[in-house]
Amino acid sequence: MKLPSGPRIAPSEITPPERYVTRREIMAGMVGAAALASVPASASQDVRLKFSRNARFSVSDPPNSRQDITTYNNFYEFGTDKGDPARLAGRFRPQPWSVTISGEAEVTGTFTLEDILRPHSLEERIYRLRCVEAWSMVIPWVGFPLAELIKRFRPTSRAKFVAFKTVLRPEEMPGQRIPVLRWPYVEGLRMDEAMHPLTLLAVGLYGEVLPNQNGAPLRLVVPWKYGFKSIKSIVEIRFTERQPPTSWNLSAPREYGFYANVNPDVDHPRWSQARERRIGSGVFAPRVPTLPFNGYGEQVAALYRGMDLRKQF
Amino acid sequence: MRRFARPALFIACALPLAWLVARLLGLAGAGLGANPIDELMDRLGQWGLRLLIATLAVTPLAVILRKPWIVGLRRMLGLYAFTYLSLHFLTWLILDQWFDLGSIAADLAKRPYITVGFTAFVLLVPLAVTSTAGWMRRLGPLWHRLHRLVYPAAILGIAHFWWQVKADWREPLVYALVLAGLLGWRVHRARRRAASPAAAVAVR
Repeated sequence: MKLPSGPRIAPSEITPPERYVTRREIMAGMVGAAALASVPASASQDVRLKFSRNARFSVSDPPNSRQDITTYNNFYEFGTDKGDPARLAGRFRPQPWSVTISGEAEVTGTFTLEDILRPHSLEERIYRLRCVEAWSMVIPWVGFPLAELIKRFRPTSRAKFVAFKTVLRPEEMPGQRIPVLRWPYVEGLRMDEAMHPLTLLAVGLYGEVLPNQNGAPLRLVVPWKYGFKSIKSIVEIRFTERQPPTSWNLSAPREYGFYANVNPDVDHPRWSQARERRIGSGVFAPRVPTLPFNGYGEQVAALYRGMDLRKQF
Repeated sequence: MRRFARPALFIACALPLAWLVARLLGLAGAGLGANPIDELMDRLGQWGLRLLIATLAVTPLAVILRKPWIVGLRRMLGLYAFTYLSLHFLTWLILDQWFDLGSIAADLAKRPYITVGFTAFVLLVPLAVTSTAGWMRRLGPLWHRLHRLVYPAAILGIAHFWWQVKADWREPLVYALVLAGLLGWRVHRARRRAASPAAAVAVR
């Protein structure tokens, strides 16, 4: 663990003790559950999380089935087919896990996942997810606002962006043995995007610990951006002064921008983003119109006031 | 061997389609997954392209193995390729687009991968129509010239696949290399035949 530049502050000193104690009780359940995350899926009833439902931040669309959410997704670290993550993530070990907090912040260092999660109470939020490939799902995530975590580490005035990094373990992640992208996967948000109350750090799905294929044990969920922004299996969070590089933008800068806000009026150079296929709606369901900011415009459009979203896509 | 080749190939070519139908109907616990329309479209297109490339491998195989009877299997392979690609096209037209003519027209005009895929399919239609013995007789030497359209169709088909890949180009690359080999063999043979006309009569 790196020594922090300023005085080291334990999370318990930041959070008021009375809240901390109740959270500790919640976390006791959480840590116990997390310890069981490595057992086979057949024992999935043992990985229940303790959380409250946040209806205010949930959409009313019916959620996709757990089956659809856990067997159809992009996680190129396990392979480029959308069935690969479910097929090939079995050998991945999400425990033990640690996360490094670095860069322009008063508190930095490498922390165990338990230390990272301890002060936070978990909530369930049902979010829409829109993939850049023009399909979408509705997913009941369990997590906590990224903003709450960021505050604990006290970013300095120089911190304008937050950069994230996925774990690099080619021995457990077969997709990382093939250079389809530059590994490890990296993503980033502007500070105001990272601090937005909708931006979630997720640890669970359908009330249970995240399955490996969905980004265990800790992933980002930014519901108004294309899915590739929601980086999975995070091992580093870095506060930066400059806009950090992001994986898909490095791979094809003309096609994937830093912002990647869902926008039906800005097409991918090769395909239309005007409509999307809602997964689970059946073989005979037509595509549905895509909404600006994936339907979260009321909450987030102000972040981009004055920007030309055709140029800064 | 020769006697069984035709029925064996007929069954082999039908297997991927039979499997897709079984998955579509949910037989024996099989399914098409979370996104059945894309899965149908992708698999039909994939097998159509594979069979189209296999069709182009028939003549080189017959010549290299010195077994002219293999050429007799070419029409079946070609028609199977056309069947898969027609179903691929219909899945797009009906299930993916729901006959939304505005969106279809926009995609054809604006999306190069759809433009080239559609062009490739259109090129194959006259080839399927004129694949019968009657049409071969009626068209005479023109038949061979017409059926050279299969080359641009295969090239455009691979371009259509290549163009929609996000980052993993391995599969279309393999198809492109195989096609380049098959076309290269033809160019090489044509040059040799031009140099020594006697070889031209050996195998058509």
